[in-house]
Amino acid sequence: MEEGNLALQYLLSGVTKGSIYAIVAIGFNLIYSATGVLNFAQGEFVMLGGMIAYTLWQFLPLPVAVAASVVLVALIGCALEILFFRKLRRHSILHMIIITMGLSIVIQEAALHVWDEKVRSLPYFTGNEISSVHLFGAAISPQVIWVLGTAVVSVVFLHGFLRYTLQGRAMRACSSNPEAAALAGINISNMRTLSFGLSAALGGLAGCVISPITMTHYEMGAPLAIKGFAAAILGGFGNPMAAVVGGLFVGIVEAFSVSKMPAAYSDVVAFAILLLVLFVRPHGLFGEPTAESLREF
Amino acid sequence: MALLDVKSVRRSFGGIVAVDRVSFNVTDGQIKALIGPNGAGKTTLFNVISGLLKSETGHVSFKGKRISGLKPYQIARAGIARTFQNPTLFLQMSVLENVMVGRHSQTRCGFTGCCLRIPRQRREERAIRDTAMARLEYVGLTNLAAVSAGALPFGQRRMVELARALATEPSLLLLDEPASGLNTRETDDLGDLIRRICADGITVLLVEHDMSLVMDISDDIVVLHNGTPIAEGAPAVIQNDPKVISVYLGEDYQHVASGKEPALRLRQP
Amino acid sequence: MAKMRQVIFLTAVIASLVAVHLFLRAIGKEYCLTQLTMSVYYAIVVVGLCLVMGYAGQVSLGHGAFFALGGYTTAILTTHDFSRFQHAPWARALRQAHVFVVKQDLFSGQVMNVTPTIAFFAAMSVTFLVACLIGYPALRLKGHYLAMATLGFGLIVNKMLVGSALAGGADGITNVPEWRIAGLLTISGKTALRVQNYYVACGVALVLLLLLRNLVKSRVGRALLAIHDGETAAGAMGINTAGYKLKTFVLSALLAALAGVLFTHYTGGIAPSEAGALKSVRYVTLAAAGGMANLWGGAIVSTIINFFSLRGWFGTYDNAVFGAILIIIISLTPEGPLKPLGIWLRRAWDRCAGTLGNEHGAA
Repeated sequence: MEEGNLALQYLLSGVTKGSIYAIVAIGFNLIYSATGVLNFAQGEFVMLGGMIAYTLWQFLPLPVAVAASVVLVALIGCALEILFFRKLRRHSILHMIIITMGLSIVIQEAALHVWDEKVRSLPYFTGNEISSVHLFGAAISPQVIWVLGTAVVSVVFLHGFLRYTLQGRAMRACSSNPEAAALAGINISNMRTLSFGLSAALGGLAGCVISPITMTHYEMGAPLAIKGFAAAILGGFGNPMAAVVGGLFVGIVEAFSVSKMPAAYSDVVAFAILLLVLFVRPHGLFGEPTAESLREF
Repeated sequence: MALLDVKSVRRSFGGIVAVDRVSFNVTDGQIKALIGPNGAGKTTLFNVISGLLKSETGHVSFKGKRISGLKPYQIARAGIARTFQNPTLFLQMSVLENVMVGRHSQTRCGFTGCCLRIPRQRREERAIRDTAMARLEYVGLTNLAAVSAGALPFGQRRMVELARALATEPSLLLLDEPASGLNTRETDDLGDLIRRICADGITVLLVEHDMSLVMDISDDIVVLHNGTPIAEGAPAVIQNDPKVISVYLGEDYQHVASGKEPALRLRQP
Repeated sequence: MAKMRQVIFLTAVIASLVAVHLFLRAIGKEYCLTQLTMSVYYAIVVVGLCLVMGYAGQVSLGHGAFFALGGYTTAILTTHDFSRFQHAPWARALRQAHVFVVKQDLFSGQVMNVTPTIAFFAAMSVTFLVACLIGYPALRLKGHYLAMATLGFGLIVNKMLVGSALAGGADGITNVPEWRIAGLLTISGKTALRVQNYYVACGVALVLLLLLRNLVKSRVGRALLAIHDGETAAGAMGINTAGYKLKTFVLSALLAALAGVLFTHYTGGIAPSEAGALKSVRYVTLAAAGGMANLWGGAIVSTIINFFSLRGWFGTYDNAVFGAILIIIISLTPEGPLKPLGIWLRRAWDRCAGTLGNEHGAA
């Protein structure tokens, strides 16, 4: 009975973390399909969401702080696209990678100087550190429910947005065939900016909701980006919903690995998954083995 | 024995069969042409022969040995050189350096030898340069040797790519639409060049749409349509084949085939 | 004529290196040579990376891991106490063969370590193996996927070093002994040997640069550029693209490891951050800033910038500076700033010369 309980705790911890990875992965997918840019700075949106919300919470009620933070992070995302990627699309993939890595570093360092290296955290949305809810025999923090709920709502919202709204369909058109979309009257530039903004907003929201559990720290962006990328690759690039499966998988495997090896190595698990997928099956679980992974430099 | 033997090659993409059970061979010393409407599978066939694509059935043999399944660089080393529909010069290098790259498979110095510049490497380097210049001279472009490849117009890029392919000392040369984008004069020069190449002992297989060139220089023609061969034979035979006429050449063609007039005339309304 | 230019250039470089030393001595800041030496070792990594990125066209965001592999292998072997085996016959034989050496430690006890020379060969071998193992599957990938694979590899090495007690955990390894090579040169952090080590580092870097320059101007260099410019066409020329990419990658890994070994003996220690993503990204930044296919440019730019960084001129903005360099330089001058800078300088010079000419009464 105890064993089962422990396993369940790990599972829930994995699902919680995995939800965040899934959201980061979805963000990767959104931007990549709309712009062809792999945004290394994706994890920084999560970090910024938590940090900005923390600052706003100092003088605003929590829900308003969170909402405002999401909006601000979305605006930052749009700004990044306009400043750095609008004019620079003619650059090679290597240059794009370098630029987004540079952005990731600069954002991280800026965060260090604005908020310093102390760890921050938002308060629990409902309850506090010691409150717990009993679910399937395990005791979990109500914040976990918030995380899972946010992830589910995000995914459902995104799915609905992409499939049923005009803007969403336009974005899908852009990603599959930009020239044809442009000819059909869709403003590609705006779609690209929108994809950045949406991706940033999702990341920021994830950052707010995970903050009470994992704390927000100026350096948390980079590992998140890599694990999110691992999740996106595992699911199959180009498929946002598969990214969710990928995220959950990475999170759960990482959670269970803590029981088997020293904590310092648990990060290695996610990176090892990344390498394994890249080497063995770059198109992921649900992707098509297209020329994507073998594209010319 | 045929130099190149293509047997029952089939290749599809998704649901579309690009090349369907194509078989033909190329005899040593001849100029053979592959013609057919766009989408007939000609470039796909070239890609299968040169190893960029794998055939789903059948095989390709060269000089009696199976080459299907080999990597492109191995097939190149076996003696098959090719040009591409859109000239693929190495834009960071000069014209001469591009042709020098063609000497790669015929030379040997590796990392260590090149780092240390041992005497053998220096000799080899000089030989590479000399042979490359000779190839450029063969196509008449020695004056462009130091020019950056990216600065060349289309027609000249074609020629440089040809010189580069010749530098690999091939036994079989695959030319993918060598005359596209050339005017009548340039096409005539190209025809002379190809004949000279063949006379110097290199077998040529070309894909081409310019019928005057094809009929003029080819010893043998294979006509592809929707991925399958519909006719094969000497130019005179092909010109009069009703299937070929209806599918590709057009009814007016037989009337102009004999003279030096333009190959395809617009139909009178 | 070209040979004359090379000789002049080389002489100019050597002269500048000596000039820098003498200048520092003159202003009483000879201790700056320490950071300069470290920068030169880092520059060796960057030059290897230029070969991989600028010539072969492959990206590697994990080169810090190879630097660390070299450094850590030698650090562990030369500081780990093998005394347990002291009395085993094979150990005694190895002692005779100068593989092991017995020393006094701080507490007057006896410790048995591996000699630095043997450790060096071990470091090269380990790096060779790992580079082959990682390179073979990774180099079949392209673009983003290759970038992520190398990044992931670097992070795995980094995390494993942090988590390993043998590697000293988060603090790394210190007290790495000096390395006396063939009785002539000593790689050491001792103040008395500071000048010697500066010239040793510069010498090693120069020799490597010359060798690589030869490589790049040869058939191999052309093959690499061909692979970079058009891999399909390169294959059609009979170039074994996969083989060349792997060889170049492994060569650059060995260069990084060599730099790591020398660096570790020079500074007397190594830390896991050397394998971290930030360091690896720095190498890429510097390679790009020097002009990716420009070996000399990469070496010079990286030495200068690293020197400033190590001297603390960037303060707490150290990482931010590298990030900013990345963004600015790549957005504005994708091929590196040196060429546009050179062109700009020449135009400015022409304009000045032109105005002077006009003043002297040209038509």
